[in-house]
Amino acid sequence: MTKKTHVSFTLNGAAADVLVDPRELLIHTLRERLATTGPHIGCDTSHCGACTVDLDGTSVKSCTHLTVQCEGAEILTIEGFAKGGVLHALQEGFTQEHGLQCGFCTPGMITRAYRLLQENPSPTEEEIRFGMSGNLCRCTGYQNIVKAIQYAAAKLRGETVATSHPLMADIGA
Amino acid sequence: MIPRHFEYHAPRTMPDVLALLGQFGDDAKLLAGGHSLLPMMKLRFAGPGHLIDLNKVSGLKGIDRVGSEVRIGAMTSEHELIRSTLLAEAVPLLVETARQIADPQVRYRGTIGGDIAHGDPGNDHPAVMQALDATFVLTSSGGDRLVPAREFYRGLYDTALEPGDVMTQIRIPVPPPGTGSCYAKLKRKTGDFATAAAAVLVRLEHGKVAAAAIALTNVGPTALLAGDAASSLIGRVPDDTAIREAARLAMAICEPAADLRGDEEYKTAMAGQMVERALRTALARCA
Repeated sequence: MTKKTHVSFTLNGAAADVLVDPRELLIHTLRERLATTGPHIGCDTSHCGACTVDLDGTSVKSCTHLTVQCEGAEILTIEGFAKGGVLHALQEGFTQEHGLQCGFCTPGMITRAYRLLQENPSPTEEEIRFGMSGNLCRCTGYQNIVKAIQYAAAKLRGETVATSHPLMADIGA
Repeated sequence: MIPRHFEYHAPRTMPDVLALLGQFGDDAKLLAGGHSLLPMMKLRFAGPGHLIDLNKVSGLKGIDRVGSEVRIGAMTSEHELIRSTLLAEAVPLLVETARQIADPQVRYRGTIGGDIAHGDPGNDHPAVMQALDATFVLTSSGGDRLVPAREFYRGLYDTALEPGDVMTQIRIPVPPPGTGSCYAKLKRKTGDFATAAAAVLVRLEHGKVAAAAIALTNVGPTALLAGDAASSLIGRVPDDTAIREAARLAMAICEPAADLRGDEEYKTAMAGQMVERALRTALARCA
């Protein structure tokens, strides 16, 4: 056994303090100690992207990051997206464009897309596909995920947005 | 999957890193981006007693031009390579390579130094570094020493790094104006290692090849410098015959290990295809 380490970081704007073994992975700290179960454990081998969190301005697969590496870090998960009961543009986009089916990959998708749009507010379809290539979805075939990110990008740029989905048009945002 | 217990160290300076390495010796591993080491620790293929995290050590990041060289700190991430305007202009081959490594999330963490020092023939930078004739700066308590990329790789996970060494910088001679380059990589999916890949640099004078370098990824126990293939092009008009001859000579040095990506014959054939593809693209890019 090794001595536990005290680690402090900011999680979705609030202070978090944990006492962990050095070997503890960030995904386990988030899910099991901090009740932050939006980031999912998919492959547990840094391929699928379901565990993606935003960490100090980068998208990180939290199954392949140690909690002890997070001292002083700023971490954002899907739990931090909606403000005052209003969905973030990406959450709205994934709803309006039917960007999910089972939803398992969605928290990772949205968290990754957030950083992509921070770096490139007007990505082309090719740039979206390249930028999202670390996140796997087994339901949608990706087309609606691309549309959802385009929807969110337009909304974040202040443009008027409308769903491309014929059956969603009447429901509204 | 959870790694074995270890003690974690996050030094801030190189002297502290070297002191920790001296103290714990073989029982310590250096942690860079962690996207090779942590998976190996989770699978219990590696179980170091001490992990020395390089992420908070000052002075190990950055991309600078010093005279005719580009110098890159070993802890510079693949993401930073991709976004570097300096590299896009001076060594575009490196940007093209980094874009083909792993996926966006992994590229925020993965470092050029880690990729180079790990010693896995599936890593992409080792072939590119040999093609570019780069030099690595290895730092130990005895000071710095320079090792050419072409002399660094000895075998599977076996490099010129000695116990107590830390890879701290990569020095790349900027290719002369007019040089065309390409990294052609065949992979089954995003995030996979290469089935085979080829790094090529080529320069023409009066329509004939004046300089060429070719190196191969994942078709041997280390990245391979295809010296005969490159030499065969010198002084020739790079037509289909010359390109196929170079690819054939490159295939002759391949000794890939069969795995789920294919058998030896297939991988060797794909290495030839990647050499042809990289050569044609690099030639089209010669200014």
